[in-house]
Amino acid sequence: MKVLMFGWEFPPHITGGLGTACFGLTKGLLHQGVEVIFVVPKAYGDESQETVKLINASNISIDIRKRITQKYLKNITYIEIASNLVPYIGIEPFEKIINSETKTIKHNFDESIFREKFEFSGQYGPNLMKEVVRYALVASSIAETTDFDIIHAHDWLTYPAGIAAKKISGKPLVVHMHATEFDRSGENINQNVYDIERKGMQEADMVIAVSNYTRNIIIERYGINPDKVITVYNAVEYDETYFKYREEKSFPEKVVTFLGRVTYQKGPDYFVEAANKVLQVDKNVRFVMAGSGDMLIRMINRVAELSISSNFHFTGFLNEEEVNRLFAISDVYVMPSVSEPFGISPLEAMRSSVPVVISKQSGVAEILQHALKIDFWDIDAMADSIYGLLHYNALSEMFRKEGKKEVERLKWKSSARKVIEVYEKALALSTKNIKMKKIS
Amino acid sequence: MKAICFYFQVHQPNRLKTYRFFDIGKDHHYYDDLQNKYIIKRVAEKCYLPTNNLILNLIKEYGTSFKISFSISGVAIEQFEKYVPEVLESFKQLAETGCVEFLCETYSHSLACLKSKEEFERQVNMHRNKIKELFNQDPKTFRNTELIYYDTLGVWVADMGFETMLTEGAKQVLAWRSPGYLYTNCINPKLKLLLKNYRLSDDIAFRFSQREWDQWPLTTEKYVDWLNALDPNEEVVNLFMDYETFGEHQWAETGIFDFMRYLPACVFSNSPYTFKTPSELSKLLQPVGYIYANNPISWADEERDITAWLGNKLQQDAFDSLYELENKVKNCDDLDIQKDWLYLQTSDHFYYMCTKWFSDGDVHKYFNPYGSPYEAFINYMNVLSDFELRVNNILNTKYTYPPLNNNSYNNNEIINNMEKNKKKKNPQRVMKQRTKIKSKDIQFSDLLNISLANIRKIIGPIDVETIAIAIIGVEDEIKDVILSNMGMRKLAIYEKLDIDYSQIKQSDIIKARKIILERMKKLIS
Repeated sequence: MKVLMFGWEFPPHITGGLGTACFGLTKGLLHQGVEVIFVVPKAYGDESQETVKLINASNISIDIRKRITQKYLKNITYIEIASNLVPYIGIEPFEKIINSETKTIKHNFDESIFREKFEFSGQYGPNLMKEVVRYALVASSIAETTDFDIIHAHDWLTYPAGIAAKKISGKPLVVHMHATEFDRSGENINQNVYDIERKGMQEADMVIAVSNYTRNIIIERYGINPDKVITVYNAVEYDETYFKYREEKSFPEKVVTFLGRVTYQKGPDYFVEAANKVLQVDKNVRFVMAGSGDMLIRMINRVAELSISSNFHFTGFLNEEEVNRLFAISDVYVMPSVSEPFGISPLEAMRSSVPVVISKQSGVAEILQHALKIDFWDIDAMADSIYGLLHYNALSEMFRKEGKKEVERLKWKSSARKVIEVYEKALALSTKNIKMKKIS
Repeated sequence: MKAICFYFQVHQPNRLKTYRFFDIGKDHHYYDDLQNKYIIKRVAEKCYLPTNNLILNLIKEYGTSFKISFSISGVAIEQFEKYVPEVLESFKQLAETGCVEFLCETYSHSLACLKSKEEFERQVNMHRNKIKELFNQDPKTFRNTELIYYDTLGVWVADMGFETMLTEGAKQVLAWRSPGYLYTNCINPKLKLLLKNYRLSDDIAFRFSQREWDQWPLTTEKYVDWLNALDPNEEVVNLFMDYETFGEHQWAETGIFDFMRYLPACVFSNSPYTFKTPSELSKLLQPVGYIYANNPISWADEERDITAWLGNKLQQDAFDSLYELENKVKNCDDLDIQKDWLYLQTSDHFYYMCTKWFSDGDVHKYFNPYGSPYEAFINYMNVLSDFELRVNNILNTKYTYPPLNNNSYNNNEIINNMEKNKKKKNPQRVMKQRTKIKSKDIQFSDLLNISLANIRKIIGPIDVETIAIAIIGVEDEIKDVILSNMGMRKLAIYEKLDIDYSQIKQSDIIKARKIILERMKKLIS
């Protein structure tokens, strides 16, 4: 089987979990004997080509006269870009985006996107919409000249491309929802993004959701037929290099860690309140908030207001190595997300033998057993879980040992197997549809 | 002879409330009274009352030919007394028929036998006395929590004067042998053993309403056919199950009540079986062999061992932490501590921490108040931490309590005074004087000569207002003794009391003191 896959990023040039997930899945698919052609807006040349044929959309020229996707493009010509369009976005780029783009910008696409060649930035910058549209044009060009059996598009940015490729080739389309607009923006959704997501799922033969939590949102909020939405959980890369980090703690206190964007969606404020509850009873704990975001200043002020600054630390953005060093000294990892389609970070913590407390409003809560699950708003339960893991050794020992084993079992290979099942369904459906059309 | 032996287990734990770590040292009430009340009332309505009624009618109809046995845990009895006394009344009615045997078990449905012989025996005796008191029967048959049994335990039970014990017909002890005979303990053959026929028991208790079961629906005729199909030499079929099978595990709609209603008639007309109680059987039957059980067996899960309660590290840690306190608790002369000590031993708390049932286990989920075994563990350990604090407090300083959340001036003053008094008084002197008190000429000031535990007993049920009035104008020493022993909760209420002292007459004060005096007299006599 040959898959034409549309993504927005590919390791090592990633801003968050989307690239990691695409890479893991692609590797898993290859392991199952599936061939993947992966299209990214911009290839830097140092991407891992071991598993996949990577196509650089910037190198693709298009024939403007065809403009098969024009009808579709009309719908997205004018789009207001809010600051948080992207799933799994990392901490640093996020800051860049909000700094450069606190105002929304109206795009009137210039003719450059219809030029023969176009240099993608591949970033999530102010030209995002322009790039999304150009990407779709490129997709139709690729779809015309490449041989493949099925199209797989990751997240809304690539849906226009997926749809264009489907229209050109007549091959079935699978779209992969790594996040919904509701996860990114709460109730104040960007209507245009929502429309692109919905259109993508409607046009798709099958939809993959990263959790049942996301699947429910897709069915309830986007009105997609439940029969074609299938949950495939993410996994985590597992190799020994992750255990080379041995960090010595320079203080006796235990460490409780929050890691992620300091934004509404990640629930940092609940973490601070729970920390306060714990510190009222036990001063031998240090809380660490790693990451940055629009709520950071508010969090620092709140910590000061609660007079717990001496036991509460802000690190700002951390790179991968620093993250692993932080995990190495952490005793508890907390993910209090308000809405989390999946949530790979607890798996990474568990991989480093750190017990985790996760919110029930996350996809990953559906598959983890050795984790304490709480409602993100229930700070009493959160504080109690943290306290329990810090004080009752039988529990933390069990979580350290069993949690690691559990994560080892979550393999991209098995996720890939499920994705292949979805492909097969999509292929069967589309041949059925073709036959039906022929008959009528 | 061929007999059917029915035994039903009646038990409801005192489930714990959500108890956070910041409650440690502040809140000493551990139980979810509302939920416990709700559950026991619901089960009483759906199961205990209608089934007792059904059995009473069967006994009326068939006279002494229909017999059954019950074991009711002490903690369940207490909840009946508190919330649904009519259930106890109906059990008493059953006891009066003479066709119902009440078995003995550990008072708090505990796993004490796995840890402490002394505590185990104490609880068995407590339960034995309770059964005597309620049903006027001296139990001669013992069933341990969840039918847990092993060789040495059998010896302990025999030494306590029991003739018969019930346990599971587990494969690991029976091997090729059938549970259809009487066996004995392998060390002390005087102790007879009746073993559960788990296939025929579970047909009623678990499979009765399962539509995917190929034998569904189960009729009395079919069931009696199965009984008749057993080896003709077998003498007894032991059907042991939770009483909640009727109406709760199996809802009334499944026809479980009708099944039970028509079973005796069908047995009498279509089979040679009769109904017997465990005590009768152990007299009537000849034992055919020994049971060897080096490791504990039980009636739980496929494994039929104790891993449902002590199978993982969490359960073992909680269990060990609890029994580490045993010796300390024994030295605590405090009613509340003794009560909590019993309730915290109930096996259900450990059952909720079981991690075996991630894959299956509808039974484990039954009335389980927790979302996960880890929540159950954390909650229990929080409670246990508070309990340990209290025990240590009582042992270390018999006068002070952990300070209130926001120490008011009053409170500090009381504690300071108590410290002073502590220095003044020699505990031995108190002991001497205590023996002198006679109930006839007891005085209010004698409060100073009574043990603190007794003071707590005396003032425990008296409302704060009465106490407040009674101590108007008394010596500071007496006032302090009372205030520091009424518990933090009452003390807090006392401090907030808004009494207009000018409105209180001398007669009111005397009246209030009389209430306390009455209780003192009662206690001392």
